[in-house]
Amino acid sequence: MTDTPNPSEAPTLVLEAGRTEAHYWRDLWRYRELFLFLTWRDLLVRYKQTAVGVAWALIQPAMTTAVFCIFGQILKLPTGGVPRPILIFAAQLPWQFFSSSLSSSSNSLVSSANLISKVYFPRLIIPFSAVVVSLVDFLISAAFLALLMAIYGVVPDARVLALPLFLFVAFGAALGAGLWLTALNVKYRDFRFVLPFIIQFGLYVSPVAFTSNLVPARWRTLYELNPMVGIIDGFRWALLRGAAPPPWSSLAYSCALVAVLLVTGVWYFRKTEKTFADVI
Amino acid sequence: MSIDPVITVENLGKRYTLHHQAARGSLREKITSTLHAPVRWLRSKSAEQPATREEFWALREVNFSINRGEVVGIIGRNGAGKSTLLKILSRITEPTTGWVTLRGRVASLLEVGTGFHPELTGRENIFLNGAILGMGRAEIRRKFDEIIAFAEVEKFLDTPVKYYSSGMYVRLAFAVAAHLEPEILIIDEVLAVGDAAFQQKCLGKIGAVARGGRTVLFVSHNMGAVQNLCSRAILLASGRVVEAGPTRQIVARYLEFADQVYGQRTWSVAEAPNDGQVLRVMAIRVTASDGSLAQIVPVEQTFQVEIDYEILAPVSRLWVGFTIETASGDVVFCAGDQNFSQQAQLPRGPGRYRSRCTVPANLLNEDHYTLSLLSHIPGIREVIRPTRALQLNTVQRDAIAGGGRQPGFVRPVLDWTITPLPSSP
Repeated sequence: MTDTPNPSEAPTLVLEAGRTEAHYWRDLWRYRELFLFLTWRDLLVRYKQTAVGVAWALIQPAMTTAVFCIFGQILKLPTGGVPRPILIFAAQLPWQFFSSSLSSSSNSLVSSANLISKVYFPRLIIPFSAVVVSLVDFLISAAFLALLMAIYGVVPDARVLALPLFLFVAFGAALGAGLWLTALNVKYRDFRFVLPFIIQFGLYVSPVAFTSNLVPARWRTLYELNPMVGIIDGFRWALLRGAAPPPWSSLAYSCALVAVLLVTGVWYFRKTEKTFADVI
Repeated sequence: MSIDPVITVENLGKRYTLHHQAARGSLREKITSTLHAPVRWLRSKSAEQPATREEFWALREVNFSINRGEVVGIIGRNGAGKSTLLKILSRITEPTTGWVTLRGRVASLLEVGTGFHPELTGRENIFLNGAILGMGRAEIRRKFDEIIAFAEVEKFLDTPVKYYSSGMYVRLAFAVAAHLEPEILIIDEVLAVGDAAFQQKCLGKIGAVARGGRTVLFVSHNMGAVQNLCSRAILLASGRVVEAGPTRQIVARYLEFADQVYGQRTWSVAEAPNDGQVLRVMAIRVTASDGSLAQIVPVEQTFQVEIDYEILAPVSRLWVGFTIETASGDVVFCAGDQNFSQQAQLPRGPGRYRSRCTVPANLLNEDHYTLSLLSHIPGIREVIRPTRALQLNTVQRDAIAGGGRQPGFVRPVLDWTITPLPSSP
């Protein structure tokens, strides 16, 4: 490790209006320690003053799963032979990750207003760190699911190895949408109100409480426009034998949508980034 | 000291758009303005745009360069563009016109304790704040002991900073920042915090940084600190560079630039400092021993301060007085008409009064002072908040000890005797 491992070692730096920094991505890498520290801070703070601590990561998905199980039972929704709590929790896992990382990344810039108006660093670190913090919650929930599966005697096969791929797509979806929302939120605080709507509505149109094969064929195309459909079906496919058919078509949709979200999200974020300090 | 500029600023400008109605553009505004765009486009050929937004240049045509190892003060009144300049140099915001060339690693300290989290312990915050300011983990670890020694918080390292006193908090925060080792250090007003002893320590540290060959840009309202630290200063007003040059000269220029009234200040009924109930001040003046209004008084002579006011309703124990402050905002003393006068203790009816006092000779040093007016009813309430009213310059006629200004807030003439001691056997 060198003595001065951090930014601006580049001897000369020119600041000029509209100048796109050639070193942006290199700068991002240089600031990786700040990224780690911010993530570490958020995790530390999150669990420091809460009495129940880590259990918070579990309570919400567990409760939602319980409620969905009861409704599923009442409505006699088919489970394809998988114990209902497992079927629902396996979907709850990516959905919870998506919704919590989307909401924290969307608010991330505004809640770091003080930092943004006082210190320079690539702002992309902030929403990215927010998504990574949610990833830790995801891992805790995943451990809980493993426990649940052990209790019910559900053993996944080799398909479970594909899980990181679906997680990766979910990460991209949350980050892409989060970048859009957080950058828009800096200028137009209206997007604070859009977010709960997206999350609530998203839960209804994502196959969490039900399975995708219940969706009539004529609605299929519209239904699959939701990138979480492919991701959630992917999770079920990877974790549960025979619960769902391989979700290739919806997964392809998801990947394409997520790629578009991410690329445009980064583009919009970069475009507005330099004015954050002026309007936040 | 080599003469190579590490900071070059050319034709720098920063424009902000002010929204008059809403503080920030709301989505609705954006949508309606988009919908109206075609209409506006048609209209724009004939009529001008409605004045709902206004452009404001926080900085305009700013040019200067700073050489390696220089300590430069940036001074100016509030709104002169100092903070905007620092924000551009720190890369927090980008300029609208012109450009800046920086040669070397920049660290900016626009606030003490940026990113400090109250739930985290002192130790955790040192690492976090260090990372925010651009230090690597290894670098922080290497300087960790030095930082806590400087901050004097060893005992509380593992206590969340929310339990820190504000003094401890500031000390810790400054300590982290003080141990940055950038080639260019940008500091804004951070010394306006902490007790006098710690401020002195901070100034010392900044001085040491500068002597270490680093370039320091220092923004402050504390003229004393600017004069002590900086070899050169830049005066900004309304976003432009008014003058740049040796610190003493620029500070003097700044002081005359500020909104200043000498000798006498009178207020119209509408503007007069008042509390709406018992008191309205009409005038404050400084007079020399011969009774004439004085802008400059010799240190060696007495002078009078007079306050004319009207009592609007019967009141007892009303205290009317003033403070004398140095340019750096330190109060030299505070005096009021009740201190020694039994007369003021008595209830007074409505009417006009003049409180007058004599400031003894050989009390104030040669300096530039501000007189602020204030009034209260001791133990009951504040009647008039301290209000800056008058400026006063003092000069010393008879040079003491070879001439030149002595350090210190006061310049008393003391009785000295010199006696030879018997030589030791």
